[in-house]
Amino acid sequence: MTISRTDIEKVAVLARIRVDEEQVSALEKDLGNILDLVDQLSAADTDSVAPMAHPLDAVQRLRADEVTENNEREAFQAIAPATENGLYLVPRVIE
Amino acid sequence: MHNKSVAELSRELESGKISSVELTRQFLGRLKKEDEQLNSFITITEEQALADAHAADEQRAAGKATPWTGVPFAHKDIFCTNGVATTCGSKMLANFVPPYDATVTENFRKAGAVCLGKTNMDEFAMGSSTESSFFGATTNPWGLSQGEKRVPGGSSGGSAAAVAARLVPAATATDTGGSIRQPAALCGVTGLKPTYGRVSRYGMIAFASSLDQGGTMARTAEDNALMLNVMAGFDPKDSTSIDRDVPDYTATLNEPLEGLRIGLPKEYFTGNLSAAMEEQVRGAIREYEKLGATIKEVSLPHADLAIAAYYVIAPAEASANLSRFDGARYGYRCEDPKDLLDMYTRTRAEGFGTEVKRRILVGTYALSAGYFDAYYLKAQKVRRLIQQDFINAFKDVDVLMSPTTPSPAFIQGEKTSDPVTMYLEDVFTIAINLAGIPAMSVPAGFVDGLPVGLQIIGDYFSEARLLNAAHQFQQVTDWHQREPQ
Repeated sequence: MTISRTDIEKVAVLARIRVDEEQVSALEKDLGNILDLVDQLSAADTDSVAPMAHPLDAVQRLRADEVTENNEREAFQAIAPATENGLYLVPRVIE
Repeated sequence: MHNKSVAELSRELESGKISSVELTRQFLGRLKKEDEQLNSFITITEEQALADAHAADEQRAAGKATPWTGVPFAHKDIFCTNGVATTCGSKMLANFVPPYDATVTENFRKAGAVCLGKTNMDEFAMGSSTESSFFGATTNPWGLSQGEKRVPGGSSGGSAAAVAARLVPAATATDTGGSIRQPAALCGVTGLKPTYGRVSRYGMIAFASSLDQGGTMARTAEDNALMLNVMAGFDPKDSTSIDRDVPDYTATLNEPLEGLRIGLPKEYFTGNLSAAMEEQVRGAIREYEKLGATIKEVSLPHADLAIAAYYVIAPAEASANLSRFDGARYGYRCEDPKDLLDMYTRTRAEGFGTEVKRRILVGTYALSAGYFDAYYLKAQKVRRLIQQDFINAFKDVDVLMSPTTPSPAFIQGEKTSDPVTMYLEDVFTIAINLAGIPAMSVPAGFVDGLPVGLQIIGDYFSEARLLNAAHQFQQVTDWHQREPQ
């Protein structure tokens, strides 16, 4: 299985990771090797096998719709890169 | 004092021979001196440790001691510690001071244990050598004693190296594909990965959520049992935590092994396993026969598919989990982002290391439109086949035994150029995470002066039996007592 430069560029956009031009060749090789390894899966006969998401086939628990946590906004925002008036600041999105 | 186990230190404290403050000072002194060459710690919390030790002495004086009250230990730097930096070995979290405790952290705090700091690890627990840490590689004390810089294994390499070098008697760890057992084997210590869901994942920074499990590392099986007594249990804050009674894991350590049925998976005694490694592991198994166990060869027919399934599932889940690191709310943010997309893409390009980015990209690819069925769904189906292999094996035997790793600790830098070579380190450990069953690594000998680990694998929730089997082995062997010079 090979992965093309175009694939890598597309995946990098989806993953929100900037990949510089000079890194693409190395990624082409490394990701190609990993996908080669993974391709062994195609040999397995899984026609009548149900996919497994949880080792004990447990499902998500539901809880009562009650407030159980205090609002810790100040503690959480104290470690944020930039905040103002209780809001997280990011670069301008709407001009 | 630094050679004593948790159980022994607990007795010393109980008898009043030493106070926790004195003990903590001794360990801190040793840690600060010895860790210069090992780099097994990212953060040492001296002030907090002494304050906690003081409080522990008061608790003990008031007659309110647990076995852990005043005993020093360390946390892998993946467990959130309120007010203490929690980096996960990454530049992304180098400045992250969590405003809350992980449940595991809280449990040790309640038990009165004294945390000396946070141990080094592969970035976001992705690795088998603790070389990908943003804070520099950890060195295996066993290599140093031979004048070589060898890896301690990973990702919990800091915890394993620290326990092996007697910097702490015990340390927490996590295991997604072998990250407790492989470093335990390479450093000659005892480690346990519990059943998936046995230990809360709340506040344990997520890598691959359907595989991640917190666990224990110490020199003796008994100390692992003492740790699990504190760590195991239902936690409503972890949606995959299992609500099931927790036994006293120390209560059954002394049960005889007469009649224990041991299975040897034939697929785990082939391939890259060197003759010298196999000889040590077979020697350990003969000890079990002397203790009254019976041996039988078994088969795990889908064993050779485990690494492939893992390297779809783990990166896919990692790509989703690590999407939270975006520079907006906490952690690293790039300088002068020109717009929102630039902030995301540069923050993530600069904040993550090479291996983490590689896995996020692989995972994103596997989950992307058109590939989901071929990769993720297929891997989840193969995962069930792998699980079924173990379920079938446990119809005939009580535990499985194998080598933990195909070879002993390798030289730093030897496997960093090709990610796939590094992935093969976990060839005997990875299927256990896919199945969600518990397994241990126990010191079982040496090859060329480097420790060899015996892996003991059990059925779901059989931690007490695994600890019992490991403890009985440690009553008749002294591999776990050997000390790197």
